[in-house]
Amino acid sequence: MTNDLTHLTIASARDGLDAGDFSSVELTAAHSAAIEKSRDLNAFITETPELAQAAAAASDARRANGAALGAMDGIPIAMKDLFCTEGVQSTAGSHILEGFVPQYESTVSRNLKEAGAVTLGKANMDEFAMGSATLTSYFGNTINPWKASSGPNAGKDLVPGGSSGGSSTAISARLALGATGTDTGGSIRQPASFTGTVGMKPTYGRCSRWGIVAFASSLDQAGPMTRTVRDAAIMLGAMAGHDPMDSTSTPMDVPDFESGLGKGVKGLRVGVPAEYTADGMPEEITALWQQGADWLKDQGAEIVEVSLPHTKYALPTYYIVAPAEASSNLARYDGVRYGLRVDGDSLDEMYMNTRAEGFGDEVQRRVMIGTYVLSAGYYDAYYVKAQKVRTRIAGDFTSAFENVDVLLAPTAPSPAFAIDEKFDDPIAMYLNDIFTVPASLAGLPAISVPAGLTSDGLPLGLQLISPAFDEVTLFRAAEALEQAAGFELPIFGPGEG
Amino acid sequence: MSYIIQGDTGDWEVVIGLEVHAQISSASKLFSGSSTEFGAEPNTQVSLVDAAMPGMLPVLNAFCVEQAVKTGLGLKAQINLHSVFARKNYFYADLPQSYQISQFELPIVGKGVVVLDMPDGTTRDIGIERLHMEQDAGKSMHDQDPRRSFIDLNRSGVALMEIVSDPDLRSPEEAGIYVRKLRSILRYLETCDGNMEQGSMRADVNVSVRKVGTDDLNTRCEIKNVNSVRFIMQSIEIESQRQVELWESGGEVVQETRLFDPAKGETRSMRSKEFAHDYRYFPDPDLLPLNLTQDYVDDIAATLPELPDEKKERYMSDFGLSAYDAGVLVVDRETGTYYEAVVGKGRDAKLAANWVITNLFGALNAKSLSIEESPVSADQLGQLLDLMADDTINGRIAKDVFEDMIETSKDPAVIVEEKGLKQVTDTGAIEAAIDDVIANSPDQVAQFRGGNEKIAGWFVGQVMKATQGKANPGMVNKLLKEKLSD
Repeated sequence: MTNDLTHLTIASARDGLDAGDFSSVELTAAHSAAIEKSRDLNAFITETPELAQAAAAASDARRANGAALGAMDGIPIAMKDLFCTEGVQSTAGSHILEGFVPQYESTVSRNLKEAGAVTLGKANMDEFAMGSATLTSYFGNTINPWKASSGPNAGKDLVPGGSSGGSSTAISARLALGATGTDTGGSIRQPASFTGTVGMKPTYGRCSRWGIVAFASSLDQAGPMTRTVRDAAIMLGAMAGHDPMDSTSTPMDVPDFESGLGKGVKGLRVGVPAEYTADGMPEEITALWQQGADWLKDQGAEIVEVSLPHTKYALPTYYIVAPAEASSNLARYDGVRYGLRVDGDSLDEMYMNTRAEGFGDEVQRRVMIGTYVLSAGYYDAYYVKAQKVRTRIAGDFTSAFENVDVLLAPTAPSPAFAIDEKFDDPIAMYLNDIFTVPASLAGLPAISVPAGLTSDGLPLGLQLISPAFDEVTLFRAAEALEQAAGFELPIFGPGEG
Repeated sequence: MSYIIQGDTGDWEVVIGLEVHAQISSASKLFSGSSTEFGAEPNTQVSLVDAAMPGMLPVLNAFCVEQAVKTGLGLKAQINLHSVFARKNYFYADLPQSYQISQFELPIVGKGVVVLDMPDGTTRDIGIERLHMEQDAGKSMHDQDPRRSFIDLNRSGVALMEIVSDPDLRSPEEAGIYVRKLRSILRYLETCDGNMEQGSMRADVNVSVRKVGTDDLNTRCEIKNVNSVRFIMQSIEIESQRQVELWESGGEVVQETRLFDPAKGETRSMRSKEFAHDYRYFPDPDLLPLNLTQDYVDDIAATLPELPDEKKERYMSDFGLSAYDAGVLVVDRETGTYYEAVVGKGRDAKLAANWVITNLFGALNAKSLSIEESPVSADQLGQLLDLMADDTINGRIAKDVFEDMIETSKDPAVIVEEKGLKQVTDTGAIEAAIDDVIANSPDQVAQFRGGNEKIAGWFVGQVMKATQGKANPGMVNKLLKEKLSD
């Protein structure tokens, strides 16, 4: 019974709860037990089974009174540790925030709470969401439940992608039915691709950023990570909404994403951007991309070749804009008011000691890059120029969407790699984001759908991108892709490959 | 009014520009709902945003925007419909975000002007370069503990307007007049209370010197955070003298930030250019650009009160006041309101101005009272003028009555009645007093008749004394002349 409950989807769990087949307490206990058994994956920084049980009991009581709050009521989820959660340690994966317990609840986590969702714990992540492998977490790396069956990485521990690697692992290893992620340059989509799960980044402004530890404010966006497209649509519905506390949150009503599903892709124009290729990209990714286009075409979509000519500038642009904002956003971690403080003989020395010890290498690297590109004499050449290019990149999408409804591309240029593979090479690591950053820079919604396996048996995702605030069409196309791919997530035994 | 420093090598003039930080009058802060009330216990007016907790975001206070626009309109300045908030990055313990949200390349207000009313009655235009909105930092307290510094974040996030002048000021006195005039305008607009003791207004003073007759701007120094008009003037005197001496002794002024120490009467270096912060300004990605409509600006313009310059103009044209008198009366809104109430419907406006400026201000200054605290209401002062106009009392008695009014706040008619000060206009009574004086002063009568006409004044004094000052002076003069000439 316990195992079965962790094999559900959000949609089927909702139906089961509604039918009285099981309670949220049982559902939650099954997942808490799974988390405990899978601690070797290190998917969670903080587990909160008692809080989860209490929330589940409250959900069951509501349901018994006929006052269930909706699709997410009683559904156990994982919360990325970038979301500040009231009374529960929120670290952003960083030593500098170790032990920090917020007195407030982020808007997205509060929305989920108010929809009845049960939070199992705080998911591991790259420090301050800076990374593509969940290797930069101060609390240790997270391990992907997938293992390559052959090839150079056969049997090795693989990364779950990043920065939302705790979340992707939790979903893939069936430790939660849904998980929150945040995506700045691909941090939801790439880990979804690496773990055979669905990861969706909504339009910038769809979900409030209030209470999410900021990485790059103009790019950060929360989104759902689930095992099915339908689940992502259900979960996003509970996360999204205008928030007057976030000036960049868009004052728009949230459509019923789930009811937009099931309409197929007949007549939909799907753009295939010629520029989404990378040096050394495995042929099987190109093949899968072609396969994806064929699947949609078979269901009645029209495939259109499109060009996004500034795509090649997206990665360098991203690695100027994001670190610039991060260098300023992370300046508040100074040891003065909360979090880590390492004393020194002067204020400046205290700052240096605290930040040297509190921030890991990757965070320090990006703070330095960001500080550099904003400095007098470099600002115009880097930051201002990057903003101009960003406008061009967004313009590419605007032009493309004059002719197509969605775009189809690979999510990442590789499958999950081994823990020790790219750790010493930041540039190689940054290249993971090559297909995800353009939509981030343009603020567009995008989703990664598991579409196939490599010859070594590792999952690969395909990415769909839609015009701003047209998540309904995005989900619709994603569901068609999902159905055609017929991807099946294996059932991983706890603690084994 | 030229201010010249005579050096060994010739005459120098001073070039001054001011950056005035004026706290926007607003119940809550620029980007949070926290109270801005002065004098609260430390760290009791601090929101999560003000303390820069992780994930907190600023939300712009619309009222502060309105106040800034209003101020811009009051400074006859360009209102920029598109402006942008930027982050000014630097580390300090009382700056929780480690950046200050300010406006940099695109401020909300552009070029404007402040008209100075000079003591000789002329005016001088001082250019305003820009006005932008920004948040204040918290306060560091280094004197509470031998080893530690304490931080009070109550001010953190309070809305400020930074008003930057062109380098148009040429003397400490002009700088003082400028700050007072700016404060006057802000108070008229009610966009800043101008209270320098509470830190609602403070200035960074940019000073350079150059030889008279040259136009180039020399290297300037910035004196930070000067918090009174007197200190602004003193710091300019001291700093310009220092610079002249430095140039003349073969040295060179270096661009730097300096601190004014009023106790020691000196400015000293805080940090030189090579240690200057690189603030790494960039647009704040947490805030959208601020876009206003012309209608919004026009609506605010329609609510603007009459400002000191217009009021002064009106006092000169409608009331025939001198530029100086008019300038004094319009310094603050309350004085103008008081004065106009004294004038009321058709009283002698010049006489009213004299009474307000000389007698009332004199009495208030002596008692350290503001015009709002005046024991004599405008209505009462008007009544006093009426008593003079209808010859109930004369001017000399009026001064005594006024002194009484200041002490007792009684109506002038009551005092006149109680003390029997009503002017004597009865010819018979005055004649009797004159006859008495003439009869008792044979020597003086002889002198007068012998051609010493100056002694007539002595007779007037004697008659007034005899009538306790109540005799109508015109009648005394006329009757005396007749009787002495008999």
